[in-house]
Amino acid sequence: MAQKTVEFAVSRNPEMGVDGLPTPSPLEPFDLPEPTLAGEHMLVNFGPQHPATHGVLRLVCELDGETVVDVTPHIGYLHSSFEKLGEYRTWNQIVPLTDRMDYLAPLIYNCAYVMSVEKLAGIEVTERCKVVRVILMELDRIFGHLLWLGTTAIDVGAFTPFLYTFHDRERIYKLHERYTGARITTSATRVGGMMADLPEGWIEELNHFLDTFPATLGEVHRLLTGHGILIGRTQGIGAISAEDAVNCGFTGPNLRASGVAYDVRKDNPYYDYDTYDFDVPVGEHGDCYDRYLVRMEEMEQSIRILRQAIKRLPGGPINVQDPNISLPSKTDAMSDMESMIHHFKLITEGVKVAPGDCYFPVEASKGELGMYVVSDGGSKPVRWRVRPPSFVNISVLPKLTRGHLVADLIMINASLDIVLGEIDR
Amino acid sequence: MSQQAKSGLDAVDEGPVPSDAAGPASAGVPADPAGHPSVAGLIARFGPAIVHHEVSAGDQHVVHVAPTRNLEILGWLRDDPGARYDLLADVTAVDLGGGRPLQVVYQLWSIPHRRGLRVKCLLALDALEIDSVVGLWSSADWLEREVYDMFGVTFRGHPDLRRILMPMDYAEGHPLRKDFPLRGRFSRAEQTRRALAQDLEKFYTPHDIEIGREPQQVTLPAAPAPEGPGAES
Repeated sequence: MAQKTVEFAVSRNPEMGVDGLPTPSPLEPFDLPEPTLAGEHMLVNFGPQHPATHGVLRLVCELDGETVVDVTPHIGYLHSSFEKLGEYRTWNQIVPLTDRMDYLAPLIYNCAYVMSVEKLAGIEVTERCKVVRVILMELDRIFGHLLWLGTTAIDVGAFTPFLYTFHDRERIYKLHERYTGARITTSATRVGGMMADLPEGWIEELNHFLDTFPATLGEVHRLLTGHGILIGRTQGIGAISAEDAVNCGFTGPNLRASGVAYDVRKDNPYYDYDTYDFDVPVGEHGDCYDRYLVRMEEMEQSIRILRQAIKRLPGGPINVQDPNISLPSKTDAMSDMESMIHHFKLITEGVKVAPGDCYFPVEASKGELGMYVVSDGGSKPVRWRVRPPSFVNISVLPKLTRGHLVADLIMINASLDIVLGEIDR
Repeated sequence: MSQQAKSGLDAVDEGPVPSDAAGPASAGVPADPAGHPSVAGLIARFGPAIVHHEVSAGDQHVVHVAPTRNLEILGWLRDDPGARYDLLADVTAVDLGGGRPLQVVYQLWSIPHRRGLRVKCLLALDALEIDSVVGLWSSADWLEREVYDMFGVTFRGHPDLRRILMPMDYAEGHPLRKDFPLRGRFSRAEQTRRALAQDLEKFYTPHDIEIGREPQQVTLPAAPAPEGPGAES
């Protein structure tokens, strides 16, 4: 596959001043006295309720002065046993559980789950449904990255980008609400299709968003990307080599920042992603700054995919025309005997899925999201497992932070883009 | 049978009700090893340790390997130039219920070859032990801890095998096992009593407690004596 390089006009000089020009660093010849606590390690509990942990995450830090010796992340404060709950529910009833995992990009989770079930059941969704799902997934990639961008900017002390990004997130919330009726808990997908077709005028609203959003992104670029404080706080911080990143299970933007061009949309394409024209941004240093740049560029690429998807959005039905999978329309169910029987059977028994197991990875905003479903041929899963990208990404935090300062710990944690709802499930 | 007809959350005090279809959950069709280059290589290299090979969900290849040799086989899959499964995407387990063996499932992906492979090890319920693969892939660290937490599989050689999602002093068992009721094994009263009686030290790892137990021997310079009336207030 042809690779294209996007160059950012930013030098990697860590001694860059606030005006973006190289300055002689005053930090070098600091004559610090010998630390009096030499050898004494301090234990500092950080979280679970702290805004900089981006969720209910608790980090027990072993510190030597202000240097992080080791970090032990403690998770599970949001554990809701979604996977166990899934074993008590029919295939379609699980959809509402999925968007509560990553509440920052819920539609990707909705889509990923039904895509796995459909693959196992051998259901081929309609062309319109495929394109609609691509639109929703790319929209939520921007949605998830915008939250990461705003909160990360706050973590380095920049408040204004937060206002810009959350203003535009609000517009995506409105798009969610117009389509699904909910802002976060979208539950938009069903096995074999969507819960409804796109409402009239939705694509026009999306087009309006796509026309105006790049301006916002450009503003944030101007505010942050070349800013001396951001560069000083992120370049060379939390770096990981490509080999280590793969070995640690990094996926998504975190892995690509280390220089590995692994993107599920390109390497294991689903929903004709191989026919869309988009680039996979790849970093080279694997530090916080490259993770920042990769995500910024990914939003641009998502806009490109969205524009192509809107252009190719075909007409026709959005749901599979099979009475054993999709519910009949309300009018049919009320007026036609056979449709009513199918409606009754589907509601009471649920969709049946062929026995076997299926692991379906998709590229979520956080990394590779794998939905593993095991069926015994019935209307409930034997096992439903979510391969959570943030769970694996956050497990690398101790390795990344050792030797850095406590302030860098905040930055590294922010740069990993975690969501605790999905880590704890 | 009437109990069977109940649906949804009626069964919270029991394990999950198996669905009406009693078919085996692993019903992939035995496949031709030539269909997947790594499987052909595995069979040529390890012979009888490759117990079974099947295709599931249309095109996903699954190999069942002997649990006693998982480390050796997975190590070969990672390092052999023709296989190069450098990304361990997931480690999980599946309990099929009914006393059937528990499956430990490894989802492998080869970034250079753009191929996936699923490796399963079947463990009898009375011998839930398998070698840890943390030495091969660091990503297995937390994933194996989760399997240990949720299914009770012991990973030999894991550097830090303790509960991860459930509290460290959780005593009700392993929640994702089929015989585990949705509400837990203890009564609500007992669960509340335990939650209220939790020891703060249970929130730290033994290593952390070791650091915290030694008080910091810091001698601060003596504070200057307060001057003037009211300074002590």
